[in-house]
Formats: sequence, C-alpha cells, structure tokens
Amino acid sequence: MADLKTRIAKRCAKEFKDGEFANLGIGLPTMVADYIPEDIMVTFHSENGFAGIDAIADESNVDVDIINSGGTYVTALDRVKYFDTAESFGLVRGGHVRATVLGAMEVAENGDLANWIVPGKKVAGMGGAMDLCTGCPEVIIVMLHTQKGNPKILKKCTLPLTAEKCVSKIITEMGVMEVREDGIWVVELHPDYTKEDIQAATGCELHFDPDMKPMEEE
Amino acid sequence: MINKIMTADEAVAGVKDGMTIMVGGFLATGSPEVLMDALVRKGVKHLTVIANDGGLDAGQPAGEFGGKTARGVGKLLEHHMVDHIIASHLGVNPKLNEQFAEGTLRYTLVPQGTLAEKIRAAAYGLGGVLTPTGVGTPMETELDELGREKKVVEIEGKKYLLEMPLRADYAFIRPTVADKFGNYYCAKATKNFNYVMAGAADKTIIAPEKIVEIGEIDPDMFAVAGVLVDAIAEGEKPWQI
Repeated sequence: MADLKTRIAKRCAKEFKDGEFANLGIGLPTMVADYIPEDIMVTFHSENGFAGIDAIADESNVDVDIINSGGTYVTALDRVKYFDTAESFGLVRGGHVRATVLGAMEVAENGDLANWIVPGKKVAGMGGAMDLCTGCPEVIIVMLHTQKGNPKILKKCTLPLTAEKCVSKIITEMGVMEVREDGIWVVELHPDYTKEDIQAATGCELHFDPDMKPMEEE
Repeated sequence: MINKIMTADEAVAGVKDGMTIMVGGFLATGSPEVLMDALVRKGVKHLTVIANDGGLDAGQPAGEFGGKTARGVGKLLEHHMVDHIIASHLGVNPKLNEQFAEGTLRYTLVPQGTLAEKIRAAAYGLGGVLTPTGVGTPMETELDELGREKKVVEIEGKKYLLEMPLRADYAFIRPTVADKFGNYYCAKATKNFNYVMAGAADKTIIAPEKIVEIGEIDPDMFAVAGVLVDAIAEGEKPWQI
C-alpha cells in the first residue's frame, strides 16, 4: 500500500512546472512535495496562512508560530510570505493558486467531488476544501482507485459535494485520468493493469485516449 | 488619558451568559490563551463561539508536541461553556463530537474562506459577500448560522452564494506584538483570523505576547490599527512545547 501511494505521489509530482504556486492537502497529497524535481521551483500554499511551506519540523528547528493546515509544526522556505485567512483564501478564490492536490471519497464522471462529509459519521467539516476546489483552476485528485474493493470513481456522487464539476485530473495506482466534457479519459495506464482491470474498478464508463501511454513511475 | 491596558480578568468582565464571541487562532496557534483562561474563571455559559475550529484538547496534537492542557477554544469546550459553534473545521478536538452527541452543543459549518469574508464584511460595513464557494453543495441548501435561507445570485451566468456578515459581542485576538495604543501584528502563521476579527465585534480585546511603548517600533510593522482595539490584556506568553 505504501508503495502504491509512493507511485501516485511520484506521478503527481510531474504535474508541476517551474515557478508555480500550488496547494497540497493533508496525507497522500503532502507526499507529492517530496518528489518535485530539484531543478524546479514550486511554491506550496499552506491555507492556514503562508506561501512557501517546506518540511515537517523536528526538535531542532520547530517554531511554535508555524503550523500547517493539519496543525503539525512545519518549517518555511526563505521566500515565504505569511498572510491572514482572508488573504489566503483571496489567493485561492482568485485563481492564483494554480492547482490543488486533494484526496477524495468519491469523484463523478462530470468532475463533481465529494471529500468532506459522510452523513451520520463524526462531524469534521470542510475547512478550506470547498474554497480550494472552487477557486483553483486545476483540482488534481490523488487516491487509491477503490475503497475496500468498491469504486470511488462513479457516474454520480452519493455523498454531499465539496464542489461541482471541479476535478480536472485523477491519479491512482492504476493510471492517470482526465475529466473532459464527455467523461473520464484514461491517458496513462500502469503496466500492472489492463484496460479491463481499470474499467472493472471504476463505477462509470471510462474512455481510453488514442494516445494513451504507460503510467510513468520515475 | 485612555489606558487600554488591564488584566485578562478585567478585559472579559463584560462578557455575559449567552453572548457571541469570536476567537482568533487555527488549531489554537494564535489563540489568546490568557483571555480563554479568564473566561473559564468567570464561568460564563451558553456562549456562541465563532472561530476557525474547536482548538485543541489536552494532549493534542498527539506525540511529542502535545499540550498538557486544552488550548484556545478547547478550554471553553472543556468547561461546557459553549452552546453553538460557528467554524470551518470540527474534526480535531474530540470534545466537539462528544458534546454534539450529548446534545449540549450545536454547530454551523462555514467554509474557511467564507468564514473570513463574513467576519470581514461585519468589520468593514459590507451588506454581505458573494462567493462561488459552496454552490451545489450543502452550503447552498442548508440554513445559515441564524437560520436564514441562502440566496443564490447569478452574475453574468455564474452562480454565487450571498453570505451575510458575521458579528459578535466580543472579539478575542492574540497579537505577537502590540503597542500601548493597540496597534498590532501577528507573527508568521499566527495571523489566521486575528486580523479580520478586529472591529467585527462590539468590543475588540487583544492579548499580545509583547507590549511595547508607543513609537518604540516602526509603525509600518503594524497590520491592524489600534483605533479598533478596546482593551489590551496583559500576561500572554509564547506557547511552550
């Protein structure tokens, strides 16, 4: 499982271009930062209040005034800019954070995303997820393709939405998919799986791009 | 001449049962601890709290950096002082879900960016804000914190939710440095809601880690105007881990 998540994080790291400003969610999305090529400068947004988040802090460098959006003490880059919540989400809604990488409970074939609440379960809340999914020009979902064998990519979400028609790309251990006007297109398929395998693990009809390539890991 | 500096107990003396308060901080980073302690000592009940989240419970976050005591809004929850919490995230402090299950606490969720703008609208005299965040989600269909239906406004073919201003009786804020007039700034990631909340309440109370003389530091350092600040509580300390 850890290897599959590493595969997803490494592939997602290829989505970024030099000089970009982007946001990573907590968990698997956070791992993406570890695989950004060294010759590329990406500035990551921490929605609780800065542009330029670096690594998890340890006892040698912890600063009690710097946490990430999960409440973990982190460090910041030299080029960091700190800001308050209004400015942080102004950057988000204004479309200045080009991409956000998030996990998902469900993604629909039209790009609807559900990743914040399961009715009847413990109340957590959306935090900044709705703003990010609404404001960022690109919403990239990184997740394992299924949950206990059940598809997470569906014709229609069953859970309350985080945002409508917001997902642009889905990266799983099985492949890379783009959400287009006419549905979900597989643009890369991991060599461990066939078209039939990925279709069987998906709750809606997949389209296979004529130029589909093997999913690159390195 | 006006002297805004007082003890935390004096600063919260006017808070009454049933009032609405807003508290700066993000998972307690940037929360005014001495003011929360003073509210606990005062023992006010049935508060409505506007904050990003429910702060931290004793021992959170797990691991070597866990606090020995509850922090921020967590102190008010620990003492069952809150009836209604208006926040963007409620999953961290376990006291929240315990009290939801007991039926002693209710909640209204507001997306984080929207929460900041609702508060800013109150402070800056706007009738509301139009945001695309929440369209097509439960934020569009559920009632707001005062039980009002959300209005959907379409502008040039795009849908927005009209989010109403969010005011409080008291705003409790933690600056890193303030001068004796109340001009202040918050270091690094402690800013969060500590800027927009100033002036969004009838009384704005700050608890700075450091209080300097007027004119002692470059005025360009300050982010928020002291004219918005009604009282400056003494005694706040940098968080120790």
